[in-house]
Amino acid sequence: MVRPVETTYDESNFQVTVTENLSSALELDKVESHLHPEGSFDLADHAVPTGREEIWRFTPLKRLRGLHADAPLGGSFFSADLTVPEGVEAAVVDSADAGRGVSGLVPWDRIAARTWDAAARTLTVRIPKELVADQPVYVDVKGTATSADDEATASHVVITAEPFSQATVVLRFTGSMTLADNVEIVVGDGAQLTVVSIDDWADDAVHVGHRHVRVGRDASFKHVDVTFGGSVVRHDTTAEYAGAGGSVDMLGLYFADAGQHIEHRLFVDHTAPNTKSNVVYKGALQGEGARTVWIGNVLIRKVAEGIETYEENRNLVLTDGCQADSVPNLEIETGEIAGAGHASATGRFDDNQLFYLRSRGVSEKEARRLVVHGFFNDLIRHINVPELEESLFATVEAELAKNVLAEA
Amino acid sequence: MSTLEIKDLHVSVDTEDGAKEILKGVTLTIKDGETHAIMGPNGSGKSTLAYSIAGHPKYTITSGTVTIDGEDVLEMSVDERAKAGLFLAMQYPVEVPGVSVANFLRTAKTALDGEAPKLRTWVKDVNGALEQMNLDPAFSQRSVNEGFSGGEKKRHEIAQMDLLDPKVALLDEIDSGLDIDALKVVSEGINRFKERDGKGVLLITHYTRILRYVKPDFVHVFVNGKIAEEGGPELADQLEAEGYDKYVKAAV
Ligand SMILES: Nc1ncnc2c1ncn2[C@@H]1O[C@H](COP(=O)(O)OP(=O)(O)OP(=O)(O)O)[C@@H](O)[C@H]1O
Ligand SMILES: [Mg+2]
Repeated sequence: MVRPVETTYDESNFQVTVTENLSSALELDKVESHLHPEGSFDLADHAVPTGREEIWRFTPLKRLRGLHADAPLGGSFFSADLTVPEGVEAAVVDSADAGRGVSGLVPWDRIAARTWDAAARTLTVRIPKELVADQPVYVDVKGTATSADDEATASHVVITAEPFSQATVVLRFTGSMTLADNVEIVVGDGAQLTVVSIDDWADDAVHVGHRHVRVGRDASFKHVDVTFGGSVVRHDTTAEYAGAGGSVDMLGLYFADAGQHIEHRLFVDHTAPNTKSNVVYKGALQGEGARTVWIGNVLIRKVAEGIETYEENRNLVLTDGCQADSVPNLEIETGEIAGAGHASATGRFDDNQLFYLRSRGVSEKEARRLVVHGFFNDLIRHINVPELEESLFATVEAELAKNVLAEA
Repeated sequence: MSTLEIKDLHVSVDTEDGAKEILKGVTLTIKDGETHAIMGPNGSGKSTLAYSIAGHPKYTITSGTVTIDGEDVLEMSVDERAKAGLFLAMQYPVEVPGVSVANFLRTAKTALDGEAPKLRTWVKDVNGALEQMNLDPAFSQRSVNEGFSGGEKKRHEIAQMDLLDPKVALLDEIDSGLDIDALKVVSEGINRFKERDGKGVLLITHYTRILRYVKPDFVHVFVNGKIAEEGGPELADQLEAEGYDKYVKAAV
């Protein structure tokens, strides 16, 4: 039995629950945690959500074009381009032959389960053992739908970085379509893998993505999730550890414009000792109805002694009429941890920062621009993919031009 | 030529119980090449005076005028005031995460001059200004004021004054939080600025210590939102010996 002994504090939205497992030796793997939904491959186990469920309550179901219900998923309104460096293997294969499930993914909501069933073909990317790829792998998906009625697409991706390999994989989404995808990522022992996902959709795209990552012993995984475009983008990302000493960085950058809904749901499941997780998501919102949601769940299991975790979400609200929700959750089942920290803040421009810059002669517009660039700067530098840095700064600049820099 | 003229300035701030008057009629003229010291107890309104002149949105000017070389400062936006030649070294300089000192300084210089500074000489100038303040050139790659010690922030303010070269510098407690060595470095920086042609300095301080290194031409005792007494440098010595007590009592 897991018995809550203490609920330490509730600071703004932050919830920490410390529980003590009284008979841990017998039940190492069983966790009664609301952070750990039971997955199932059987669609019958996933009822059509009403919108009142905890995991759906922030999402505008009406705008999902039926992905969460029964809309057909057989569309193929897209083109995909692969750029693959020497030594890396990429192929589109029959889903039955793709080794799906290697990451431990068991669909944990209805869309993931439907996507699993519907995706006939799977993109596999394999970085062979000990290979150090000198260039990123690019997967460019370009939506070609011309109407919201064009049938949605289901896709499945399996990325495997074999032991001691090093690589960066960039998934880029542009154009327009309705996409539901499951991405599985396996990081072998001692491997170092970066996966960058850039949602730079046209304004009317809908993308519901599930990512499941299994991180090997002493492996490092960095996930960079950049979201600029789309009407509704919801990413649900789970990382777990297959062995001790693994480390996960999850960095996110998003910019929501008028009417856009951008939702990130993260779950780091510390399933092994001496593992690390560092989650930093930063977002800006501008325009009427811009909406962002960030759910940062971290579970530290009984076995996960000596782990370190930190999670942070900051939102910069640039205009009236925006809403940012930020909900970090930390659930700790062992007292033997090396460190657990968090920060969550949502705010407007800081008057004192703007005043300081302007008192040096910098115009208001330029001061705002500096502050926003500064806000994202550290994060972009931490992505550490030089090929992308410049284009990310340029995209931030283009977003700013829509609003902050648009007025006189 | 530069004259900052403050006439009968009244300033209030918004509080939960409505507007509260902080400055209650301040009149002060800083002419070409003059250094004025304003001394006063905590809460007397010294920072309010400096921020109001610089245009911080928190303060509401209810009456009075401020002009620089005859131009109406109160009509200007914050950055226009800087362009008109005002500079405020803040008591608590603000951190701007992710914006490097180099980028900040270049942006400011470009805004003030209307054109970007020449790259080669500019980098040299920046490094020189930092060095004179005993700040490592590596500071130019750090985020503005982020993680700077109290003393480093103050020295960074003086480096900015040096580079941006205003007509009138308002220095709000530039001496607080400085050890004796840093105090000397900062004082030398202010003195070098004073030596340039036609510069005005308003030195706001709590203690007479800095006045041993930076010689004021005039000393004003500031109590309860007003100037309670004015004099020459000798007034500072008197304050050193007697404190503000007699002015505070008289103001009640
Ligand atoms: N928002 C506010 N609400 C109420 N009072 C305020 C507010 N802001 C400032 N004040 C008051 O205005 C007065 C003047 O403050 P100011 O910072 O100008 O003083 P100061 O002379 O610079 O003090 P110090 O020597 O401590 O720096 C203080 O009594 C302060 O409490
Ligand atoms: Mg003050």
